Amino acid sequence: MSAPSAVVSPIFGRLSLDALPLHEPILVTTFAAVALGGVALLALLTWFRLWGYLWKEWFTSVDHKKIGIMYMVLGLVMLLRGFADAIMMRLQQALAFNGSEGYLNAHHYDQIFTAHGVIMIFFVAMPLVTGIMNYVVPLQIGARDVSFPFLNNFSFWMTTAGAVLVMMSLFVGEFARTGWLAYPPLSGLAYSPDVGVDYYIWALQIAGVGTTLSGINLIVTIVKLRAPGMTMMRMPVFTWTSLCTNVLIVASFPVLTAVLTLLSLDRYVGTNFFTNDFGGNPMMYVNLIWIWGHPEVYILILPLFGVFSEVTSTFSGKRLFGYTSMVYATVVITILSYLVWLHHFFTMGSGASVNSFFGITTMVISIPTGAKLFNWLFTMYRGRIRFELPMMWTVAFMLTFVVGGMTGVLLAVPPADFVLHNSLFLIAHFHNVIIGGVLFGLFAAINYWFPKAFGFKLDVFWGKVSFWCWVVGFWMAFMPLYILGLMGVTRRMRVFDDPSLQIWFVVAGVGAVVIAIGIAAMLIQFVVSFMRREALRDVDGDPWNGRTLEWSTSSPPPEYNFAFTPIIHDLDAWHDMKRRGHERPVAGFRPIHMPKNTGTGVVLSAISLVCGFALVWHIWWLAALSFLAILVTAITHTFNYNRDFHIPAATVAATESERAPALVAAE
Amino acid sequence: MMTNAMATQASPVRFYDTEEHDHPEGGSTMLGFWIYLMSDCLIFAILFACFAVLGGNYAAGPSPADLFELPLVALNTAMLLFSSITYGFAMLSMQAGRPGATRAWLAVTAVFGLAFLSIELYEFAHLIHIGATPQRSAFLSAFFTLVGTHGLHVTFGLIWIVTLIVQVGRRGLIPANQRRLMCLSLFWHFLDVIWIGVFTFVYLMGVLR
Amino acid sequence: MSHDAHHAEGTPHGSLRDYVIGFSLSVVLTAIPFWLVMERPLSAGLTGVLIMGFAVAQILVHMVYFLHMNGRSEGGWTMIALVFTLIVVAITMTGSLWVMYHLNTNMMPMPHALGGVP
Repeated sequence: MSAPSAVVSPIFGRLSLDALPLHEPILVTTFAAVALGGVALLALLTWFRLWGYLWKEWFTSVDHKKIGIMYMVLGLVMLLRGFADAIMMRLQQALAFNGSEGYLNAHHYDQIFTAHGVIMIFFVAMPLVTGIMNYVVPLQIGARDVSFPFLNNFSFWMTTAGAVLVMMSLFVGEFARTGWLAYPPLSGLAYSPDVGVDYYIWALQIAGVGTTLSGINLIVTIVKLRAPGMTMMRMPVFTWTSLCTNVLIVASFPVLTAVLTLLSLDRYVGTNFFTNDFGGNPMMYVNLIWIWGHPEVYILILPLFGVFSEVTSTFSGKRLFGYTSMVYATVVITILSYLVWLHHFFTMGSGASVNSFFGITTMVISIPTGAKLFNWLFTMYRGRIRFELPMMWTVAFMLTFVVGGMTGVLLAVPPADFVLHNSLFLIAHFHNVIIGGVLFGLFAAINYWFPKAFGFKLDVFWGKVSFWCWVVGFWMAFMPLYILGLMGVTRRMRVFDDPSLQIWFVVAGVGAVVIAIGIAAMLIQFVVSFMRREALRDVDGDPWNGRTLEWSTSSPPPEYNFAFTPIIHDLDAWHDMKRRGHERPVAGFRPIHMPKNTGTGVVLSAISLVCGFALVWHIWWLAALSFLAILVTAITHTFNYNRDFHIPAATVAATESERAPALVAAE
Repeated sequence: MMTNAMATQASPVRFYDTEEHDHPEGGSTMLGFWIYLMSDCLIFAILFACFAVLGGNYAAGPSPADLFELPLVALNTAMLLFSSITYGFAMLSMQAGRPGATRAWLAVTAVFGLAFLSIELYEFAHLIHIGATPQRSAFLSAFFTLVGTHGLHVTFGLIWIVTLIVQVGRRGLIPANQRRLMCLSLFWHFLDVIWIGVFTFVYLMGVLR
Repeated sequence: MSHDAHHAEGTPHGSLRDYVIGFSLSVVLTAIPFWLVMERPLSAGLTGVLIMGFAVAQILVHMVYFLHMNGRSEGGWTMIALVFTLIVVAITMTGSLWVMYHLNTNMMPMPHALGGVP
């Protein structure tokens, strides 16, 4: 991008036609494709008259199930963007040898690796994890919705607004070129004067509001809305890990908010927190952002540990081995995750005493994690294991994640880290745990709970194609990076001088292509499953012979989840109900109290998006106006006291008589 | 703490609650708001940490002893403390079911809050006027940000108080409004707790340094 | 835990007595540290320790008399949330100071007070 123009228009700020990247053929082509696709999508929606349906039934919905599904859609769409970045990097690195510059210039390449990291963490992993928690937790605890349904809708739209802002940076202006954590002084005004870092800041701030609020919402839901009889130690493991995850969210995202605010003050007001002048200290930024950053990786993995527990137990046909130790391991990991942040910057120079403390705490985390793995193995031991798709992903996770965990322990040794810091070894390590742990877990979860959400199972053949492509592709793509890292190749390089390295990058590139086939197979799996939905229909609501409450209601559940709130007597509540021959009440339905849908969340997030865009481009009047509009809209919303309604008993009875007879009664 | 649920094992096991009544709306609100305050507390913790680490970096500029006028800070603290007790009186009026008195005490609280903000703005204006701007040194950046963030919270508290005065006037002390008053009570007293940290850690310790 | 078990506990209310006690204690606990710093009857080090102590005491007074904290409200969850937050706050504050002290010592060889001169 050309140097930022010195002229700042009072009306358009620093936004001008130069901001459109017309000189980048790749971006112009992408834009054309996205624009065509977008127009086609809008036309289809209009043609089939879906706008009203989408607005009434989905966008304004406060139903946790629909919001959960919307989170999943957001995460999967952004996965395609994040993966496009990944495969472009792999191609560049496989090409840029022997004097070749590859096909990406430095300006573009630096944006790509930053966007890849930011999108994959904030707009793929986070929405997918939040989506699963949103969908499953209320069902697992026998609740009708979350504690604050409107807030839930608002949180989703704020996350979406953040994602939209990142996507806008692709075509209007540019994204940060700083790496995904935007360390100053590189991200400071002196070295990044253009809009990239500002897009980064405001996208994360807007999405961060949503994340924090949804964290509060789910904590309170789990604490307050459990069905009678469900004590803390009778909560399903997934609910436990969700609780710990949301505690981590609420206790760490404010740190990110504060740090990014300080960075934006440096950039907008000219303060000196992280500058090199006037007493500022860039090292403080690194310190603070990792106080958020380390808990963040546990935010991503903990819910999936819960998923693996549910899946292992269900498909082994056994109660989970060591439930209590699993809960304690989760809690211990939650607390330990606040005591290890410095291992991300051993090499910054805090010295032997500090480094050894944080090295040891880091290694200690492998103990509770190891305990979890043994619990899963012992659950499988002597179980009747059914290798359905969720179970396949779980086994692949165990094998892959252990390798990632062990390379993590290697990196936790400070002297070793001085050699491996910022090398491709590190890149291989965290992809090994994030893909092998988080992503495999999400695929297990999607295959496991899809029938609950949509009423039919996912197609097995295409699921297996996707599975094998992902697993093989992952190992092909990242094992070479371990080797390159050990040879001393650092991350974020655009061109290479040593031709002997090229073969490894080519292998990694082929691995990325195999993963791409895996993603395509997953999309095909969705389409094929939809077309074969009658054959794959889940009639009785319990397709896997499940053990927890979500399987006791129909697939998909009615909007009120449970006509009568279940009473819990055992850890595996639904298994217990089936075993002891529960009888589903068929009469005596009562009106059910439900929250009303509202469009306020959409409106507030849309204005926040405008405000963020105005701040990025220094369009001050628009920023002020939209901020005022946010305030006014929020206050106006509080004047609406009429937020709930009752589903009449007759309607409940009608719904129940339609769905209940097919449901599983007793074994 | 939750062992009594199994007490009725002898009678036939009930798997569904067929007698369930509506749960009063907003049963989760207070806990939810409290957890929000905890997250806010962490934002302040980071700002305090920044002040602790960077507060000594004057960059050859003015130091706290050069800048802070303790009598002014004491006056400011008094304003906030008065607003705390008057908010307490508003809550007592609410418990007594007197909407008029509640609104009056809220108004008094707002006046004290406004006085606090005015004094703070005067102090900021004075500092900027004598060249001690947020850009001058890392110490001043951290100072303005920490104290300013607290002031921003007070500002939002004031907007909220005005909103509630109107809402109590329109609807009276209905449960929803009572809940909102209790949330604001937590918010307002929480800001006072933060201020204890600010005047001790920033002003008093700063002058001592 | 049943839904109903929560309702019985409710949110604690303060009484006039609580607010008056809290206010009086706060006035005293605010006045003394201001006096200590403005009049300097004691050494700087001792004054620093004392005013920190007064701040902690006053925060506790506010918690008890204004925020009506106790171990029972919301089934103990407000207290758990508070304790957890305090632990995290303590970790981030002391940890940051410890880490940054070592980083500054090792990585910024210039005299500390002049470290930021441009």
